[in-house]
Amino acid sequence: MATPDPTVVERAEQATEPTSTSSSEPAAPLTFQVKNLSVWYGEKRAIDDITLDITSNAVTAIIGPSGCGKSTFIRCLNRMHELVPKTRVDGTVLLQGEDLYSSDVDPAIVRRRVGMVFQKSNPFPTMTIGENVVIGLRLNGVRNQEFLNERLEKSLRMAALWDEVKDDLHKPGTSLSGGQQQRLCIARALAVQPEVLLMDEPCSALDPIATAKIEELIYELKTQYTIVTVTHNMQQAGRISDYTAFFYIGKLIEFGATTKIFTNPSERQTEDYITGRFG
Amino acid sequence: MHSKRADKHTWRKVKSGLASTVAFISALLVIAPLGLVFFHLLVNGASSVNWDFFTKLPTPVGAPGGGMVNAIVGSLELLALAATIGIPVGVLGGVYLGEYGSARVNSVLRFIADVLNGVPSITWGVVVYGLIVLRFKGFSAYAGGLALGLIMIPLIIRTTEEVVLLVPNGYREAALALGVSRWKTIVHVVMKTASKGIITGILLALARVGGETAPLLFTAFGNRFWNHSLSQPIAALPLQIFTYAISPYDDWHRQAWAGALVLVTGIFCVNVVVRILTRGRTASLV
Repeated sequence: MATPDPTVVERAEQATEPTSTSSSEPAAPLTFQVKNLSVWYGEKRAIDDITLDITSNAVTAIIGPSGCGKSTFIRCLNRMHELVPKTRVDGTVLLQGEDLYSSDVDPAIVRRRVGMVFQKSNPFPTMTIGENVVIGLRLNGVRNQEFLNERLEKSLRMAALWDEVKDDLHKPGTSLSGGQQQRLCIARALAVQPEVLLMDEPCSALDPIATAKIEELIYELKTQYTIVTVTHNMQQAGRISDYTAFFYIGKLIEFGATTKIFTNPSERQTEDYITGRFG
Repeated sequence: MHSKRADKHTWRKVKSGLASTVAFISALLVIAPLGLVFFHLLVNGASSVNWDFFTKLPTPVGAPGGGMVNAIVGSLELLALAATIGIPVGVLGGVYLGEYGSARVNSVLRFIADVLNGVPSITWGVVVYGLIVLRFKGFSAYAGGLALGLIMIPLIIRTTEEVVLLVPNGYREAALALGVSRWKTIVHVVMKTASKGIITGILLALARVGGETAPLLFTAFGNRFWNHSLSQPIAALPLQIFTYAISPYDDWHRQAWAGALVLVTGIFCVNVVVRILTRGRTASLV
């Protein structure tokens, strides 16, 4: 009992954080607690001292102009940024209270808990639709065919793709349309049963109809997952997210409930960006 | 005024015609040797390629008939030995260059591989002669296979590296983001995606060393009979062609032509397989 509950301490600090709008935030459980996060690529600082909490079972949208560190930020949440050589991270990221950057944490385990969908849909070209969905489980050592089949159907249903592909599971994943490929990638990420889904501009390469389907899907998925999405599209952020963070040149300018950010932002820069005066 | 313009136009046409003619002749010069080689081999060798050639051992000097079955089988044995050395080392080396290693180490390794690719093949024979033949006091199939395998390594390293680098990064990221380990990502995603290209590189390397004679001169040495142990000298098709072609006997000359025809046809077939494998490669990335 000597050590205070880290969640309580985080919440207390969060309340004094000037960039957050704690008054409009409900006291929901938190999935991520990011504290004083800075990231360098070699000499270049991509992210500068970001402190931000991500609420469970909600959609948090990261907006901001190109090069502001949005993608770098969400890649820090599953340690994918480590693939870039000469990257350095400072600060802490807690996932359900556990430090992701503690020396005894295996990045592969982090990535199993925090799934990711990329800007460009990337189903594996050598695999069928079915193989694409279960490949994560299979390469993580799952051999039970019954379990794999169960996860296959469940993941495709969750990704709202089952009815379209259930008779074509043996066809190559790349034979699907762009929007279907992106939903296949979502199914693939869901199959390993993550706790969080990160989405890096998941709709930027899709037409409006495919985009609407993915947005609908995000709305459905947040009942079971915590979702963090990067988007260039302000209208999209407004439609799908519960919380919005506005980044500018590596800094967090404003963070709060989406309704507040879009109707009554506290910062001048946020207002200028949202109303299209720059960016 | 008008005629002057017409003159210019004609002159331009003449220049254009000249350039296309020169280019066409150059293209012919590229294709001609292959046609001539095939034509010559067919004229001189086709009559000696018969059932006996593929089933009989060479006859003693003076006795007509006989074949090169021992050399054909010997070449296949040597290629198998070379493959067991060249393929694993070459493919793993290429994957290392493409996937691991710092930029500086890689540029050094790449440079070394390129230099090795330019080393005259007889040098490899001399190296293996010094390392193996002298030490174990005898020519052997092992020594021949090693010499050919060493030639294959830098060839396969470079082709494997190139096709591994062609695999888009998005696939690596997708696998790693599922919590798949680095080496499983490389084996099951990267190498699987690049597999056609890797196999193509292996086949081209095999075709290249299949026709090598010089590295076998002081390693495999050649053998007029069956090879019963891989630690003994072994016959190889290019070696047999060499021995027969420089002999003074007409019958042996005919057999040398036949051997050359069989060898070239074999290599030609490997290249056709490669063409089929790489068909539509640009469309599907790798």
